[in-house]
Amino acid sequence: MDDLAQALNRLAPELASGGAGIEGLTQLSGGASLQTFAFSVMTPDGSVPLILRRRPVALAEGATAAPLATEAALIAAAGARGAPVAQVVRVAGPEDGLGEALVMRRVEGETLGRRIVRGERFADVRSRLARQCGEILRIIHATPPPPGVRLATSDAAGELDRYETAYRASGAERPVLELAFRHLRSHAPPAAEPKLLHGDFRTGNLMVDPERGVVAALDWELSHIGDPAEDLGWLCVNSWRFGAADRPVGGFGDYEDLLAGYGDAAMTRERVRYWQMLGSLKWGVMCLMMFTGAGGPAGEAALERHVIGRRVSETEIDILTLMEGAR
Amino acid sequence: MTTHPTAGELVAAVSAFLERLTPTLAPREAFMARVAQNALGIVWRELAQGPTAEAAAAARLSDLLGREGSLEALTSDLCRALRDGELDAASPGLLEALKANTLAQLAIDQPDYRWRAEGAPTRSSAQEST
Repeated sequence: MDDLAQALNRLAPELASGGAGIEGLTQLSGGASLQTFAFSVMTPDGSVPLILRRRPVALAEGATAAPLATEAALIAAAGARGAPVAQVVRVAGPEDGLGEALVMRRVEGETLGRRIVRGERFADVRSRLARQCGEILRIIHATPPPPGVRLATSDAAGELDRYETAYRASGAERPVLELAFRHLRSHAPPAAEPKLLHGDFRTGNLMVDPERGVVAALDWELSHIGDPAEDLGWLCVNSWRFGAADRPVGGFGDYEDLLAGYGDAAMTRERVRYWQMLGSLKWGVMCLMMFTGAGGPAGEAALERHVIGRRVSETEIDILTLMEGAR
Repeated sequence: MTTHPTAGELVAAVSAFLERLTPTLAPREAFMARVAQNALGIVWRELAQGPTAEAAAAARLSDLLGREGSLEALTSDLCRALRDGELDAASPGLLEALKANTLAQLAIDQPDYRWRAEGAPTRSSAQEST
């Protein structure tokens, strides 16, 4: 942390005009994959609140997550077309001493899902969020991928292949997941023109203000090229409704409002619900992969992963509910 | 099995200890203590509900497949039948059996998880299983 503070102090003049140094460096979240810190740059005009996103360990070859520089290019491209984003102030170079890192504006707002879907402060804005999410996704999907940026391309069959391989490798036998793989393969909607997707657009990754609604779409590391319905369906997965299961869009709204905000007659509720089921299936397989058995982390490190492993059944009831025709 | 105390009572006692300890811990450790309590909750419910749920699940799969067997063997057979397309969502009784088995598992894993059935008010699996 001291090394980090020193590196940021040296960089302060580049992060804000008149930047003389930094203060209040605090780690907000940290996993093995990505760390997030808050800090401020002191300037003669006051302090400028910023965020540092940093990858402590280099990405493995063939990893699903995009490099942070790619994320920065996507945020700039979508932001330029009017999508709400946290602007990137600097993509760290080797001379900055931060490793692979981004410095971004710190946008004020709430990301905790439970507060957004249930909190009294958000009661008024909640009814507008689904439509707003539709509008934002329309902008992102209309953004041409920035030149020079390499993104994975995937469609429904590709996603099913990838996750079925992971499921088989886990050795688990789950009838509902078997049924879902087969069902989704035989019910795939007609192929759509591939677009730039956010890739992880859901409650928890949206910064929400009690008056203005969504003020930033965060965490672009799973961005890729694919069927635009994938982003809409992912937002509707019940696992991100934080208990507000009767409001299918993110725990705050209805399909009609999301689709009205999206404003494309070709984007139907059926397509969204297809990808919603595929989203639950993907999350189910991810939960299974968390429990890696004897080859995985042992002892204390395994605790959190084991408990997530017991979330597969939530995705199974969601898949079955969708198959029964409910939302 | 020993009943003085039962395994469930041991788990409940450890959970109560963790609950008292949690407020005294640093944020990261407090978070992990809550995860640990969550894990103990799963163990406690599995000890209490597991044997009945497992027998009922095996009986449902037995009806569906028309043969006897352990839950593990029947599950394996069902997975193969689904993979090969011998059974699908339209097969009589399939969705009902899978749903009943999933709800019993969910009542152990996450009894407070909220899901929604068509035309019904939101309810949790805990309410569903009572």
